[in-house]
Amino acid sequence: MSQFAQSSDAAALASTRPPRRARRKFNVMSILGTTPMILTAVGVFVVCIIFSFIWSFTNSKLFPNFNFVGLDQYYRLWASDRWNISVGNVFVFGIWSMVANMVFGYLLAVFMDQRIQQEDLFRSIFLYPFAMSLVVTGLVWQWMFDPNLGIQSAVRQLGWTDFQFAPLTNQSTAIYGVVLGGVWNGVGVTMAILLAGLRGVDGEIWKAAKIDGIPAWRTYLFIVLPMMKGAILTAFILQCTGVVRVFDIVIAMTQGGPGVSTQMPAIYVIQHITDRVNVGQGMAAASTMLLPVIAVLALQGILQWNARRKKEKAL
Amino acid sequence: MKKFAVVAAMATALLGSTAVHAADVEVIHWWTSGGEQAAVSVFAREFDALGEDKWVDTAIAGGENARAATLQRILGGDAPGAAQFNPGRQYEELISGGMLLDLTPLAESEGWANFIRPASISEACLVDGHWWCVPVNIHSWNWAWASIPAFAKAGVELPTSFDDFLAKAPKLKEAGIIPFAIGGESWQINGAFGVIQTSMLGLADREKILKDKDVELAKSLMPNVFTKFREFKQFADEGSANRNWNDTTNLVVTDQAGIQVMGDWARGEFGVAGKVAGTDYACLALPIDHPTVSTGGDIFLFPKQTDAAVEAAQLKMASMMVNPQVQALFNNAKGSMPIRDDVDMSLADDCMKKGLEIIKDPANIAVDAGRWLSNDTTGQMNDLVAQFWADDSMTVDAAVEQYVNILATAE
Repeated sequence: MSQFAQSSDAAALASTRPPRRARRKFNVMSILGTTPMILTAVGVFVVCIIFSFIWSFTNSKLFPNFNFVGLDQYYRLWASDRWNISVGNVFVFGIWSMVANMVFGYLLAVFMDQRIQQEDLFRSIFLYPFAMSLVVTGLVWQWMFDPNLGIQSAVRQLGWTDFQFAPLTNQSTAIYGVVLGGVWNGVGVTMAILLAGLRGVDGEIWKAAKIDGIPAWRTYLFIVLPMMKGAILTAFILQCTGVVRVFDIVIAMTQGGPGVSTQMPAIYVIQHITDRVNVGQGMAAASTMLLPVIAVLALQGILQWNARRKKEKAL
Repeated sequence: MKKFAVVAAMATALLGSTAVHAADVEVIHWWTSGGEQAAVSVFAREFDALGEDKWVDTAIAGGENARAATLQRILGGDAPGAAQFNPGRQYEELISGGMLLDLTPLAESEGWANFIRPASISEACLVDGHWWCVPVNIHSWNWAWASIPAFAKAGVELPTSFDDFLAKAPKLKEAGIIPFAIGGESWQINGAFGVIQTSMLGLADREKILKDKDVELAKSLMPNVFTKFREFKQFADEGSANRNWNDTTNLVVTDQAGIQVMGDWARGEFGVAGKVAGTDYACLALPIDHPTVSTGGDIFLFPKQTDAAVEAAQLKMASMMVNPQVQALFNNAKGSMPIRDDVDMSLADDCMKKGLEIIKDPANIAVDAGRWLSNDTTGQMNDLVAQFWADDSMTVDAAVEQYVNILATAE
């Protein structure tokens, strides 16, 4: 109660002061208010990351310790086939699922934009997969791809007995099976975001394009698409986060198999700090996963700093 | 029905939580297949029958997941009352970290050391003169499960060796039968690999490689093992990727597949399906000309608790688990062998009797590789063997090189 009284006093006081002073007072209050959040963020993220990094140079097993072994954990990590395959898989999975999501998402959005009947119904159908957990998605697709239960056996029963479609059973195609499951899950959201972007484009543009006799497909591709940068960026960022944290759909669909062909870095980390009881190795993998993120952040920071400096010079 | 029992047990536990002496003991285990559930229900039923204390069942599918959950909960200060592990090095740091209830007084008063046999089973729990866990069964990996009707349909006799099987497998395939049933999970593949390795090398050389980490011996002997192992792949079905062990066993149970190399927990699945050993299926102890039994199995450990009532209940549970009557009922449902000799053998089926006959001679005992290798090393071997199985472009030389490297860096 007294705190509240104090703050309203402060506000009353502030209002009588010149505006610059008032803003600083407000800052102090907001810093006070966000302190718990700042402490949590620093404690959980910064401190934990620092410890992960330190432990990655130790031979920690179940209990983290400080017996330093230099870069041994990193040598072992990069000598491991499984880790190298995992790293490759993130890129394969990331690039293919992003390209597929964007292309099919945009096509679906254009389709929905044709003033079709029952648009709400279709939108719900396309969005529905996203409401499902990736574990459920993964399991359902695993069944569909199962050669004895799924699409392959269904088509064979129809009479095409040579039909082959079981991507998850072959180590060179399994990762694309996972991509397909992931795209089915994510394409609806991309469609919804891009559709919102499409609807945000001024109707006058369409009229102008029509008067100029430009065909609709060219308008969509060369005029409207460049005008919806915001929507595209949002969809892109959402997908990036999905790729980095890819874990559950792989566990549900293949458990990283056949062999180690669909392993992902996140699975490697979690398996080593839990069942394999090798915290040091898990932390080395986790720290390595952090490196590209830090590199991107650093790049962004440098670019921003550069841009600001240029702006200041221009002034 | 079982679900109802669990719910009822939890409900009564909640209602009775004000009573002083009753305690809930939460038990984490990974027994989720049909035969396994039948077995774990024996424990739960017998424990609940002892008095007010209740067995609270936390089944987590997959050994890796269950062990991970237990370890994380112990580290996080929310330890379960009891947890399943495999005997060996999986819990060595829990012991050295002082996180487990010391069962020594109970074990000494009941004389566990006198009746738990063979020694390699009690050694898993008896560390430096203290009992840290309860062995509940002996599971052997060294079995193959064969469908008699499937071999009859193909018109061939049951195999007498791995080479004999490879020679007969094309006949099975022609008859529309999957000759070699295997699930694509890495532990299943590595398990079958281990059995083939034991059969080809013999116990002495196997011990030199896995226990003493004899790198030179591994270099000279392992190429043959990897080469032979690859020959089996052509006889597996394409649905094997990511298939559970019990779904794989079911292929043999329903006569769709010829044999499965799998530990004797598979016997529980045949039991649940009402199949009879000798007419519906055959249990082949491996290697067939000189059968061995490996000393795998399950143990329960009891993390330290702050509540004295829970601790008393933990000791009661430990005592119940080694009780001769419970041992007979539990192991018969589970497909494993009891950890003591003096149980009622009238309950045992033919396969269990076969196993018990083999285990009498210590020369037939293949110590489970988990005693010598840490979870980390076993995991690396799982990865390697699964990769070798799935990836035909990986050469035998490359696989042996990695195998030797894993041995050389093992702790």
